[in-house]
Amino acid sequence: MNEKPASLWQRLFGDSVRAFGVISVVFLLSIAIAPAKNFFSEWRHYQRGYLKTIRNRSDANTLQRHFAGGIQQVWLPELGVVDRCTSCHVGLKEAGLSDVPTQPYRTHPPIPHKLDQFGCTTCHRGQGAATTVAESHRSTLAWEQPILPAKYIESSCGQCHRGQLAGTPQLNQGRALLARQGCLHCHTVKLPDGSTLKATDDPPSLSHIADKTSREWIFAWLKDPQAYASTSTMPNFKLSDDDARDISAFLIANSSPLPGDTVNVPAKASADPAAGASLYGESFCASCHAVQNAAGNIVGGDVGPELTRVGTKVKPEWLQAWLRNPRAYNPATGMPHYRFNDGQVAMLAGFLQGKADSDFLSNVHLDTATPEQVAHGKRLVSDYGCASCHEIAGIRKPENFAPELSRIGSKPVTQLIFLSGMQHTLPDYIAGKIKNPRAFSPGLKMPQYTFTPQQIDALTTALLSLNERSYTLPSSLAVPGRVETDYQPAGKAGKLMTDLACFSCHRINGHGSDMAPDLTWEGSSVQRDWLVQFFKNPGTLRPALIRRMPRFNLTDGEVNELADYIMTVYQSPKVDRDSMPLGGYSQGQIELGRQLFYGKYSCQGCHIVDTKTDKGYIGPTLTHVGSRLTAAWIYEWMRNPQSLRPGTVEPNRAMNDEDARALTAFLISQKGGEKSSRSSKAANSNSHAREVAKR
Amino acid sequence: MKVYIAFLLGFVMLGTSCSRKSASAPGPTPTAVGAAIVESSGGKQFAQTGSLLPQPLIVQVNDAQGTAIPGALVEFAAPPGVTLDPPSALSDSSGQVTTNVSLGGMAGRYQITAFTLDKSHNKVELKLEEIALGYRQTLGRRLNDQYCDRCHNSESTVERVSNYDNLEVKPHPFSEKATLSKLTDADLNAIITNGGPALQKSALMPAWGNTLSKSEIQALIAYIRAVSDPPSRDSGPLYSETGH
Ligand code: HEC
Repeated sequence: MNEKPASLWQRLFGDSVRAFGVISVVFLLSIAIAPAKNFFSEWRHYQRGYLKTIRNRSDANTLQRHFAGGIQQVWLPELGVVDRCTSCHVGLKEAGLSDVPTQPYRTHPPIPHKLDQFGCTTCHRGQGAATTVAESHRSTLAWEQPILPAKYIESSCGQCHRGQLAGTPQLNQGRALLARQGCLHCHTVKLPDGSTLKATDDPPSLSHIADKTSREWIFAWLKDPQAYASTSTMPNFKLSDDDARDISAFLIANSSPLPGDTVNVPAKASADPAAGASLYGESFCASCHAVQNAAGNIVGGDVGPELTRVGTKVKPEWLQAWLRNPRAYNPATGMPHYRFNDGQVAMLAGFLQGKADSDFLSNVHLDTATPEQVAHGKRLVSDYGCASCHEIAGIRKPENFAPELSRIGSKPVTQLIFLSGMQHTLPDYIAGKIKNPRAFSPGLKMPQYTFTPQQIDALTTALLSLNERSYTLPSSLAVPGRVETDYQPAGKAGKLMTDLACFSCHRINGHGSDMAPDLTWEGSSVQRDWLVQFFKNPGTLRPALIRRMPRFNLTDGEVNELADYIMTVYQSPKVDRDSMPLGGYSQGQIELGRQLFYGKYSCQGCHIVDTKTDKGYIGPTLTHVGSRLTAAWIYEWMRNPQSLRPGTVEPNRAMNDEDARALTAFLISQKGGEKSSRSSKAANSNSHAREVAKR
Repeated sequence: MKVYIAFLLGFVMLGTSCSRKSASAPGPTPTAVGAAIVESSGGKQFAQTGSLLPQPLIVQVNDAQGTAIPGALVEFAAPPGVTLDPPSALSDSSGQVTTNVSLGGMAGRYQITAFTLDKSHNKVELKLEEIALGYRQTLGRRLNDQYCDRCHNSESTVERVSNYDNLEVKPHPFSEKATLSKLTDADLNAIITNGGPALQKSALMPAWGNTLSKSEIQALIAYIRAVSDPPSRDSGPLYSETGH
């Protein structure tokens, strides 16, 4: 047995010639490794495949000419990009290859940016410098950056674009959820420009909660907020019965009464239960508050809390005081002070009190709280960080209660703890954490939300956009979002506007909400008489619309105060409302305008001037537009509507001066004709209401 | 040498992992067999590339008489990049199986196949299509919702009342292949930019060229092409399990 290897040795290295020969062969082979490795490299394989793919195409010559073999690279030092992806993805820039069904040879789908401008990894992540599929796409060899799954791709847009983008609905939704669902109360998010993301929800103060509700309700709510209102943004802390009992004990014991926030209105609730419902409707409460209907659908706005079971929650005396003037209990509330009279307060309170669900509290039986329970409740309130969201007397708002998320989108995988069965990637970690936070460790305090899978994807997208790269990209690339100003109107009118919570629906000078029209230039737009009438009687019933301007029962003095302020202060530099007369246009011009209206511009597709013939109702009704708008505003609107109201759906027709003047003459002559003044008022306000609903 | 071997090995492994067919997971054991499989809901939905469809896909197993069969095993198959959760399941008490579908990363149509075995172990299958919208189509969809839908879609929602019935000349829904596929991209561009008269059509179709940018109009055209039903030549690739 020992003979054989010995003889093999003899044969190969028996004499010096043989030894030299064999060693040379081995040597040559090992030198050949490098070129062979190169020859067999993946990118060459793909480039050969590409050439084969294009060979028989009609545009083969052009493609062939564009093709450059060898390693390709996009190098953008200021972005930190060294991307060799185009070595295999050869066809990305070839518009002609959009009919190739898959990568690596297909054209890049159209996007607003150029490949040479941003490279590949700025959006897709992955290892730009790698030249094999495994190393560039996956995180082999301990590379940190795998390719970003397609469903989160919008997160990369968010690295530079801080505001809403039309083409990124998922990112927009995720950011809105982040702000609205309370995440930002506990987690700080700083942006590279130094600003901090702000929450848009407004959790109530709990310092006077005993005036408002019972300990039983607090207990049941803590146990399951969504059982009370499915739309509630309060998450579930998965409290034990004992813990919920003790927290409710503490909150009640800690609550101090607030003078004036409970009253007993002398008037009796109306005997007619429908009266409360119709007052609720006429006051357009549903513009902000939702109620679940018999079919289980949530109907109404989401500005204020859902009211499906409100009668189970609030104390009657508190509710009456709240309806009479919500600012007595919460000076910062977004709810308008409606100036209801006692009869109306009683009627509405009776109606709302009827929205009760006896099941919600039927199983809650709490004994009188002991001092130990109250003390334990207080500890729990601190432990769970309740004061991050709610003002609670005697408890300080904790700083940085939860980890900062400013760079969560590039947290190294090595620092993450995964659940078994989970893919070891950052997006999966983030999504898993949002879906079921406590699963990661029983001691964690993050509460349980009830997000849908789409919402989780959207939130994950928004969080992935908060990453290291967004900090290192040149700040000149950043596209800031719309900045909310802290504009406050001045003087008496200003106080009145705060009291009426105008900014809960309208935006003025960059402050407020988008639910109703922006009023920044309202003084140039409308006629004062119309405005006064509108304040007095804004509402006519039109069941198809949910959102409308409510009637606030203002006094004549208040109406004049507001009208004066709006007419003087809210003027557009583009429109001098006195530059064109409100009448006296020639019949010929008016007639020309009519022809343009019904012919060339076919405005009747969206607007009604003559209720007998016109039907369009995308835009406001124009039957009385001549007594509502100023001529100068109409003229400017004809010329360029977006310059007056960015984003309006009215198409810009780039009208010449002659057409715009004729249409202005025609429209300003629409003053409601021979109808009685009462109905004209109603129709006027109706048209404004449509406008409100439209935007 | 080691490097070389490792490299070769890696290459071979990569090759095999690429060519490996996504084996369907061994599902639960069926307690019944059906004879047919039909769609309950969830076909022809739109989602952004890579994203979950808004509604789950629900199919139903029936016997030869059309009665629902509970306990039959349904497996779903889809082209690479699509995820199905779950990929297979037994039909519930009403004969239905529900799965959540995330589409692949490329814009286009994705064919999802649901199949079950009948009593002689033959495959009965149902093919459904779902549509993935890329960046451009997604932007187009947004613009359509904002500017066009109220005239071009005859259905009303609570938030948005349709204007379709009020129009003297009726526009067509963008999914209507018979009308839209007759118009070239240049035609679409002309009518959207310059209004109905550009194609000798009604001026009730406004001109959008001063309101929307060129790329926004391109996005609208991409969206109009993507929603064509049945799909037109310009609707983008069809991805199916067996290739394209
Ligand atoms: C005011 C209602 C209205 C709006 C808004 C509107 N269209 Fe139209 N559109 C029409 C009408 C009416 C026609 C039919 C004209 C005809 O057949 O003479 C039409 C026709 C078309 C056509 C030709 C195919 C067809 O349906 O007959 C296209 C394409 C089109 N519109 C695209 C758009 C796009 C894109 C938008 C949004 C940017 C839009 N439209 C907004 C009313 C409207």
